[in-house]
Amino acid sequence: MDKALYISSSPHIHSGVTTDKIMRLVIYALLPAVAVAVIFFGLPALKVLLICTLGCVACEALCCKLMKQPVSIGDGSAALTGILLALNLPPSSPWWMALLGAAIAIIIGKMIFGGLGYNPFNPALVARVVLLISFPIQMTSWTAPAPLSMGFDALSSATPLGEMKSAVMLTGQLPEMATSGFDRYFYGLMAGSLGEVSALVLLLGGLFLIFKRVITWHIPVSFIGSVIVMAGIFWLIDPTRYPSPLFHLLTGGLMLGVFFMATDMVTSPITARGMLIFGCGCGLLTVLIRLFGGYPEGVSFAILLMNAATPLIDRYTRAEIYGDHHHDRGGLQ
Amino acid sequence: MKLPTFPGGIHPLDNKATTATKALVNCSLPNELIVPMLQHIGAPAACCVTVGQQVAKGEQIGTAVGPVSVPIHAPTSGEVIAIEPRLHPVGRPLPAVVIRPDGDERWHKGLQGYDPDSLNPDELRQLLQQAGIVGLGGATFPTHIKLSPPPDRRIDTLIINGVECEPYLTGDHRLMLEEGSKIVDGILILRQILGVNQVILAIENNKPDAIDAMRKLCLKTPIEVQPLPVKYPQGAEKQLIEAITGRQVPSGKLPMDCGAVVQNVGTAAAVSTAVRQGRPLIERITTVTGTGVRNPQNLRAVIGTPLSHLIEQCGGFSDDPGKIILGGPMMGNSQISLEVPVIRGTSGLLVLRHQDVSIKKPGPCIRCGQCVKVCPIHLQPTVIALCARLGLIERADSYNALDCIECGCCTYQCPATLPLVQSIREIKGAIMEHKRKH
Repeated sequence: MDKALYISSSPHIHSGVTTDKIMRLVIYALLPAVAVAVIFFGLPALKVLLICTLGCVACEALCCKLMKQPVSIGDGSAALTGILLALNLPPSSPWWMALLGAAIAIIIGKMIFGGLGYNPFNPALVARVVLLISFPIQMTSWTAPAPLSMGFDALSSATPLGEMKSAVMLTGQLPEMATSGFDRYFYGLMAGSLGEVSALVLLLGGLFLIFKRVITWHIPVSFIGSVIVMAGIFWLIDPTRYPSPLFHLLTGGLMLGVFFMATDMVTSPITARGMLIFGCGCGLLTVLIRLFGGYPEGVSFAILLMNAATPLIDRYTRAEIYGDHHHDRGGLQ
Repeated sequence: MKLPTFPGGIHPLDNKATTATKALVNCSLPNELIVPMLQHIGAPAACCVTVGQQVAKGEQIGTAVGPVSVPIHAPTSGEVIAIEPRLHPVGRPLPAVVIRPDGDERWHKGLQGYDPDSLNPDELRQLLQQAGIVGLGGATFPTHIKLSPPPDRRIDTLIINGVECEPYLTGDHRLMLEEGSKIVDGILILRQILGVNQVILAIENNKPDAIDAMRKLCLKTPIEVQPLPVKYPQGAEKQLIEAITGRQVPSGKLPMDCGAVVQNVGTAAAVSTAVRQGRPLIERITTVTGTGVRNPQNLRAVIGTPLSHLIEQCGGFSDDPGKIILGGPMMGNSQISLEVPVIRGTSGLLVLRHQDVSIKKPGPCIRCGQCVKVCPIHLQPTVIALCARLGLIERADSYNALDCIECGCCTYQCPATLPLVQSIREIKGAIMEHKRKH
């Protein structure tokens, strides 16, 4: 009894799963997608990844210093935002655009609201959308994936969604690439942002997060489900004009959005019912924007719009309080 | 078959293996016993002895004050050497009678046992009150009150709680293994008082030996043994009722409002002793355990034994103690001194070493929703805790803060290590204060 005793009120034990561990697990889940991006797009992709990640961490450290707060980069959330931002940018992004994106994500997307936990919108998506509106040329210059080519002499190419949209606008008909050959989209042999290429690795990462109980199934399932239903309705109406649900699922940023952006804890609802509503809203908006909006891809806008609805959803999805009604759900009797 | 349970809850390491196989050991008498007048929920007993008086084992030294109260008895024979406030497990000095044992263990003359069949329910209830029987699961609510439902409440189910869901604690487990027949006898007396047909003894799945032993003992009785999955807080009253009957205790009401009464196995054993032998509640089983104890054990200690004496009985500290907790790690109270006595609600003494106590600075809520997921009452702990930090009393009330059972699952699970249940506890006090004023 040489040292003083700790006094605190109960409970006296903790699960050991802390915020930094959660962030680390999400980063691990993204590593396969990061690897695929570097293999497919080569050094330019690595450059974008490094600039975004280091840029985000540096911006957060700087903000903390300016705000005279303890430096919070140890929780891993800034690095995660950086990786997610990079995965949302084209591989040919110029260095200044990647750095600007990092600054927007951290400063405007996060620190201005008070840092981790207080931002209403997903910081990486805020940055992506700001860049998309400000630099439409650089943000829509795509290169075709060329595995292990190191990224030299990259050929420019259109994304499947972009190609589909312009073909439909010109001819009123779906092009051939939107009706067959989906296996190459599944493995990732298509143009797009760093993290938009391989549905397979994103799906694996997402399942890892669900298995590790970092995220729950609610948002991914309702998001994917509503995309299938919504896209399916239009496809059944006119299969020559609207692509099949599978095309929607495998192309663009859908898998990245479903498993890594929409499930961002800070900006999505906290109740299970709220998550289901949130996921459905994301899915519906994504399909509507893709089919009828001005942009070929709608995942980022859909998620940001649902982020804005999150406080409202939370308010109206409070679970029925225990014992509010006489429950009789069978039990043993 | 899928075992019945409740939604929410957590799965902490149970850490029961250290003491689960260790037989009950009688703790020796210390040099001085500190017997507080408050050892139950309700009005404290009024001291009825004087300094210098010789008392016999089982003699009343404090009388019940009002209906929701029970008397306090001398745990052994000896001399009253002081009547003064002493440090109580709640954390501040409260009135206590200090007794120096004479070592004779001389029983009080007036104590007399009865055949329960010869008594009516009212006589049995009174007998239990006079014996100072309270809920030994830790809440220490007077048992006779729980057994006195108003005439308009029909009780159809008696649930006996052998769940012991708090990590580390194994006292109820050992009691079921070693004194199962006494428990069964007590359960049958409780059943007689309530006049119910359905009696269910619930035991968590991690005690298969206790389930087997109790099943054998209950064979020719109306008691049904029901195994439950291992999940904290499976032994909390409302959660246990939901698992067994499928009914939820209405918000702000009592278990009897949904037809159920819950009693702990330790209480059942104490009921048997009180009725058959006429002996009041003067001892209890307490698990002395944790990494900071050299030889963890399940001790049977008399009420008033200082914690320091329990530690001595268990070979002393293994290392510098960092935290000393009365009860389990989820709902127990940390203590500032070892001079605190064992009271009727002391289900365990848990000692954590300095290096086992992790002090983390709470971070910001990342809205992960874990607290919502684990809350067995379907609250949004992070929202209520935020209201608490901002002092929004009415808003916290509108989020049903008063329904919180303070099980601590939210704090256990929170990745930001926020003191959620602690904040909710504070705002609950403020809400009650606010309601009294308005």
